[in-house]
Parts: sequence; structure tokens; C-alpha cells
Amino acid sequence: MPTPPLSSGSRQAVRAEARRRRGRRGAAISALSTVVVIGGLVALVVTSPGWDSVRQLFFSWEDFRTAFPDVLKGFWLDVKLFVIVEAVVLVLGLVVALCRTSRTPALFPLRLLATLFTDLLRGVPTILLVFMIGFGVPALELSGVPTDAVVLGAAALALSYSAYVAEVYRAGIRSVHPSQRAAALALGLTEAQALRHVILPQAVRRVVPPLLNDFVALQKDVALVSILGPLEAFRQAQIYASSNFNYTPLLAAACLYLCVTVPLARVVDRLQERP
Amino acid sequence: MTDVVLEVRGVTKAYGAAEVLRGIDLRVPEHSAVALIGASGSGKSTLLRCVDLLEEIDDGDVLLDGEVITDPAVDVNAVRRRLGLVFQAFNLFPHMTVLENVVLGPVRAQGVAVGEARERGRELLERFGLGGREDSRPDDLSGGQQQRVAIVRALATRPRALLLDEVTSALDPELVGEVLAVVRDLKADGMTMIIATHEMAFARDVADEVCFLHEGRVLERGPAAEMFSAPSRPETQRFLRRLLEAR
Repeated sequence: MPTPPLSSGSRQAVRAEARRRRGRRGAAISALSTVVVIGGLVALVVTSPGWDSVRQLFFSWEDFRTAFPDVLKGFWLDVKLFVIVEAVVLVLGLVVALCRTSRTPALFPLRLLATLFTDLLRGVPTILLVFMIGFGVPALELSGVPTDAVVLGAAALALSYSAYVAEVYRAGIRSVHPSQRAAALALGLTEAQALRHVILPQAVRRVVPPLLNDFVALQKDVALVSILGPLEAFRQAQIYASSNFNYTPLLAAACLYLCVTVPLARVVDRLQERP
Repeated sequence: MTDVVLEVRGVTKAYGAAEVLRGIDLRVPEHSAVALIGASGSGKSTLLRCVDLLEEIDDGDVLLDGEVITDPAVDVNAVRRRLGLVFQAFNLFPHMTVLENVVLGPVRAQGVAVGEARERGRELLERFGLGGREDSRPDDLSGGQQQRVAIVRALATRPRALLLDEVTSALDPELVGEVLAVVRDLKADGMTMIIATHEMAFARDVADEVCFLHEGRVLERGPAAEMFSAPSRPETQRFLRRLLEAR
């Protein structure tokens, strides 16, 4: 026997009910699987043979409290470094990118230099660069060149990250269709004006998400400056750890880095969702 | 005798081994419109880009008001400021509002005061039915509106001549009319134009002369009425027949 047709009102009600049922089932499944996975991982760690000693070494509340003020003070240096280096990177990266994309024959040496800059600085591990500039430059004993470890470390980071950011900018510039340049030139604008008013504004807008992604990476890589001696968060935590035989301060430092990188990462997500 | 605004003399252009223009001659007297017709790849767009100095020609000369503009010593930016080019795909600047698109050329390339340029931009937009759209983004407009903005943008620099590169080819059929109406209006105003087009009825109405381009040469030229009713070359006949069959 065929089912009698539903009236349009009750058909809507039936569909809405089915949708609600599907929604409830979905929520229940995701909650259950979260509990199982997280619970399983926690159980695995907590029941491991070495858990008791790990807990004392890494999760000591006492040590956390004692070390935290010093680590926080060190973290302030990280934040200052990050802000200054980032500002330099945004400008230097753009300059290098513009040199690499220039077409004028007169600028060929600049183009060559910019290409070398990105190739070399991206090809060398950042930690090695910090080491070489931090210890190599003072060894030259040049007058007028700063020998302060923080300044040199910041310079090394700025150079390294400028190379990455230059490539991000360059990708953005290349992604603007040539017809935009043609339209600008057709209006009588010079090449420089076309770049300044038409190409760059569009290019920069497009590369904001990848630029922010590099910010997140830089935010934690400022810890590399510690190998030159400055007492930033990681270094402070390390000092405390080695004199008290307890690694909890490292966890404190990790939490502080996360306090900055996680919100930054969410901002990146939001920006990337936008078309 | 009227002045010749644009003159093309024996212009050739090749991309590698591909010869796109093989010796083009063209004269565009003041207030007249020359239509370029021909199949895709016949060289219409390349010719317009060469006249606006967006492409360097290999041989020949282009003259604007009697001055050889393809001389290497000539300042290309100064020449482009005197010509207007409208593209098939509009090429509006998506990060700017309609009015910002329109005033960019006058303000940056010609040094017109911002207030003055905006005022004139508004007037032009109003005249071509785009009043109230000044602050819209190009992406929020229909294709026909975008192309009208692009024409206004080219007109804002008060060009000596306007080069139109298949301005209706990227439009939905129902939007073609509004753009062609603008060009008719400009012609009635006495604008000197070179018009590359596939719209034969439009070419017949607006153009004083029609040139049929085929493989980089002008194979046939003449008054529009003659060209369309009695084309003499077999290539022209074939091209026009194909267009009719496509209707």
C-alpha cells in the first residue's frame, strides 16, 4: 500500500525533526570520540612506567611558582625582540622583494644581490646564522659596529626572516595579473606609480595570511637569541632548571610562548577564511 | 581638410617566430572612427596595444598628431597620457572604488587636483548612467556597468583618441547594448576612435571606415556599408559569412 502524501506543513515538521535528530547524533558522536581519544592519551602517559618522575620533574607547582617571575621577565625581552624584529622584517622583506621583481636593467646588480640574499639566508639554519653573527661580528673588532648580543641576535633573526618574507611578498606581487599593470600604464602612470598604487596594494592584501604565519614562527624563534647569552624566557627557564634539577620552568616558558602564538594563529585562521 | 590624429605606417610585430602584424597602415582623421574586424588572432588587439605603446613594435611608425611616438627617444608615459585604452576584460582596479578608479589617472599621471578630478569624475559617471555608484567596488557591478566605468576611466584623462579593444566580448548578450550605446554617444560627440569589434551591426553604424585584418595584414578597407554589402576579397566574404551563420 502506497504511503499517503503528507501535507506541506507536516512535511516541513518531519524534515525539521529529522534534521534535529541528525544534529543530536553528530554532537553525541563527536563528544564520545573526543573523550575516548583524549582519555586514551592521558591514560597512556599517566600509566607509563616513568610517569612519577616525569611529574616531579616537569609538573612541580612549587617550582613553577618560584621560577615564573624570572621567566616572565625574560619573556618580556622576547616580546620586545619580536616586535622590533617584525617591524624590520616587514620593511626589509618588501625592499628585497621589490629589488627581485624590478625589470629595469640599471637595477640588475640589486636584483642579483636580492636573489643571493634570499638564497643564502633561507638556505642556512636560523640558529647557525644567529651564532655566526652573534659571535663573528664582535670578533671583527670593527669600530662603530654594535657588539651587544641582543642587537646582533635581533639582526640575525631580521636577516633570516626577511628572506622568507621577501619571497612571500614576491609571490603576492606575481599573483597580480599583468593586465592590472597594463591598465595602470595605459592611464599614463609610470612603472613606479603602477607598482605603488595598483600592484602593491593588491599584492599585500593577498599575502596577509602567509605573512602572519611567518609572524607566528618568528614569535617563537626569538628564543634562538638565548644561545648568545641574553636572559630571555627560555634561557631563564634553563638556568633555573639546571640549578634546581627541575624542568617545570621550561613548561612555564612554553605556556608564555603559547599565550602569544595561539591567539595569533586564530587571527591567521580568521583571515584565511575570508575569500 | 581635417587633421589626422593617429597614423600607423607599415607596423610589424612578431613574438619570436610568430608574426602578428605584417605591415599595417592606418589613418584615423579627427572625429572619425575606424573599426578593426577580423578573426581572433588576426592582430587587432596587438595593434591597439602597439599604438598605446604597451608593446614595442619591430618596424614602421605610429604617429600621434604628426609626431612619431614610436621613436625610442619619446617618453612613453607622456604618450599614454594622451591616449585612452579600454580593455576587453575591463581591467578595473578591484581594490579601489569606482570613483578612485576614475580619478587615478588624472590625479597621479596628469597632476590634476584631487577635488577637481573627483568633480569631473562624478560628472562623467553621471553622464553614463553610473550616478550613485561612485563608492561601489567594481566587483559589485554588472559586467556592463564595469565596462562603462572602464570607459569613463579612460575618458577622465581627456584623451586625444580612444582605443577600444573588443569592449563587449566579455559581456553577457543582454549587457552589450548599454556599452555600445556609450560608444555611439562618444562618436556623436566627435571622439576619435579605433574600435576592434566583433559586433558588425555596431561597426556599420559607428565606423567611418572598416578595416578587415587577416593574419596581420589589412586585407580590405572601406566605408562600412560597402564592406558589409559587397566584400571584394574571398577571405572577407568567408569571415562575414561565418559570423552570420553563428547568429
